[in-house]
Amino acid sequence: MKPTRYQPDPLVTRIEHLLRDLRLIAPVGLILGVLPVVLIWALLAMGVLQPILASQFWFSVLLIAAIIFIILHLCGGATLAERKIASFIQDRKGPNRVGFWGVLQPLADGIKFILKEDIIPGNVDKPTFILAPFLAFVIGFITFAVIPWAGEVRWPWMAPDAEPIRTQVASLDIGFLYILAVSSLSVYGVVIGGWASNNKYSFYGGMRATAQMLSYEVPLGLGLLIILLTSGSLRLETIVADQVTSGWWYIFLQPVAFLLVLVSAFAETNRTPFDLAEAEQELVGGYHTEYSAMKLALFLLTEYAHMTINGALIMVVFFGGYAPLPWLNFGLGEENVAWWAMLLKFAILWGKISLMLGFYMLIRWTIPRFRFDQLMKMAWKGLVPAGILMVILSATLVVFDLHTTRTWWAPLGVNLAVIVLALVLAGRSKTPITGRQENMPELSTHRQQAAVG
Amino acid sequence: MAIPDEDIIIIQEPELTASERLFLPQIVGGLRTTLRHMFNTKRRNQVVVQYPEQKRQMRVENYRGVHRLNKDPDGRVACVACFMCSTACPAHCIHIEAGESPWPDREKYPVKFDIDELRCIYCGMCEEACPCDAIELTPQYDVIGHTREEMIFDKEKLLDVYEKTKDVKPRKNPPVTDYGLTGGQDKSVAKPNVERKI
Repeated sequence: MKPTRYQPDPLVTRIEHLLRDLRLIAPVGLILGVLPVVLIWALLAMGVLQPILASQFWFSVLLIAAIIFIILHLCGGATLAERKIASFIQDRKGPNRVGFWGVLQPLADGIKFILKEDIIPGNVDKPTFILAPFLAFVIGFITFAVIPWAGEVRWPWMAPDAEPIRTQVASLDIGFLYILAVSSLSVYGVVIGGWASNNKYSFYGGMRATAQMLSYEVPLGLGLLIILLTSGSLRLETIVADQVTSGWWYIFLQPVAFLLVLVSAFAETNRTPFDLAEAEQELVGGYHTEYSAMKLALFLLTEYAHMTINGALIMVVFFGGYAPLPWLNFGLGEENVAWWAMLLKFAILWGKISLMLGFYMLIRWTIPRFRFDQLMKMAWKGLVPAGILMVILSATLVVFDLHTTRTWWAPLGVNLAVIVLALVLAGRSKTPITGRQENMPELSTHRQQAAVG
Repeated sequence: MAIPDEDIIIIQEPELTASERLFLPQIVGGLRTTLRHMFNTKRRNQVVVQYPEQKRQMRVENYRGVHRLNKDPDGRVACVACFMCSTACPAHCIHIEAGESPWPDREKYPVKFDIDELRCIYCGMCEEACPCDAIELTPQYDVIGHTREEMIFDKEKLLDVYEKTKDVKPRKNPPVTDYGLTGGQDKSVAKPNVERKI
């Protein structure tokens, strides 16, 4: 049939066509990309930036600004990427209306979130309700302080014997402990949000998040402890430098620790298959049921910030940080402190983090959510024993001085043995993780109840 | 009420295979499936319909979209206000006010004929009930209105839908009411209907 066609406002149509036109999008993007470069170049030419960049304190301040800028934009891009990947996996096309190929969709989402009515329901606990998203957001960001982004840099205008500048916001002696402490704080936003909402489903979401976070902190800590034993340092920059110099990324030495940290990272970010805290089908929206407008957006952004920080942590600890390839540095080792090498390393690390984000999304649309008992079983009966065993074995290796890359076969062999053992045990298990819930009434009891009732 | 024992079917849960117990091979298999779909651009270009620009081929004959009120060949409303449709309507969305017909070939005609398109569940019972095939569902589905009042279609609007859709979906059966008694202005159009067996 020839239906009566809906005629949109001609102005809207024109704007839509303009936005979808690559000839408009490309130059605007180019200008927006080139502008900062020109600005920085101009500032350098005027001699304003040199002393600022050469001082560790001001460089750190600039780095904070840069990292927050990158992450906020990456979160926007990640929302689009997530929707695109989801649609591709489901044989759909995804958002393709706003801008060419849908590239302006995050912008449209942002405008929508800002303009929406910010509802505070009548029966919530107002101060905590407002506090929760901000708490989650801030905590999501402070972990970035200890990530070594690109090694060290010595600017061309610095003296050749001067101390190079670290591309790290804070070089803490206890970098590892800082990460563990702060990442366990991240549950507060969720819990307080769910609690303050004064709604049983939100509360369930918060409770689930607490239990889950509590359980998966343990394997995360154990996994990182194994790396700690292997590297012998709590400083993240030392851990990266070791991997870059030797070429042995820790994933090759300690794959079990990697699996522990990977699974725990998924659980920490509250993402599928561990998104029980916001299970739409069971809990409406979980802890963010009552939230709207920008507060909801903050929660959603926090999720992506968490994914980014966990990706950064995994990349730094297991994948050699800013090293381009294992055993191959292409002259981008620790000793190369040129400014262009620093920029390249920075780009490599962010590229790796983006790959990790893609992996997160792929997993989200592949694996269904765990049941709560499966979640607990996996943490306490699977990951924690494996972690403890691995810690003991790694400590034994350390005692016999077999944990270094010189005797790489020792940690690798132990890891492979533990993996084989775990697979055999899981395969022979009478109560596998994916199986039926334990202590459920037998089917015959159902029959009796039905007969009586 | 007790369920009799023989009515209870006990389904034994199938045993998990070794790879299902291990779970890891299943994850790899799942990832293979999702990746295959992700990079299959051909399939998604075939499957996806870009809606406002592209429209799916639809079955005009039995699609249940917006209603229309048919006109008889004289251009009069075919409805005789018998209230069959509003009686059959499970959603009670048809409101008819009958009046004495100005034409000699029928006793009544609808003075008012309102259908609340928001209340309607598009079941097609009115179409089934109508003795003179005056009310019909059309294949038109993209109806919009800015208010609820706009979505209550009155007689003029429903007749207008007929004018819009009669080329796509012609009136199924010629009207029952033109059995020879000419009520319209032009007698030549109101011929007895020979094709229809009453």
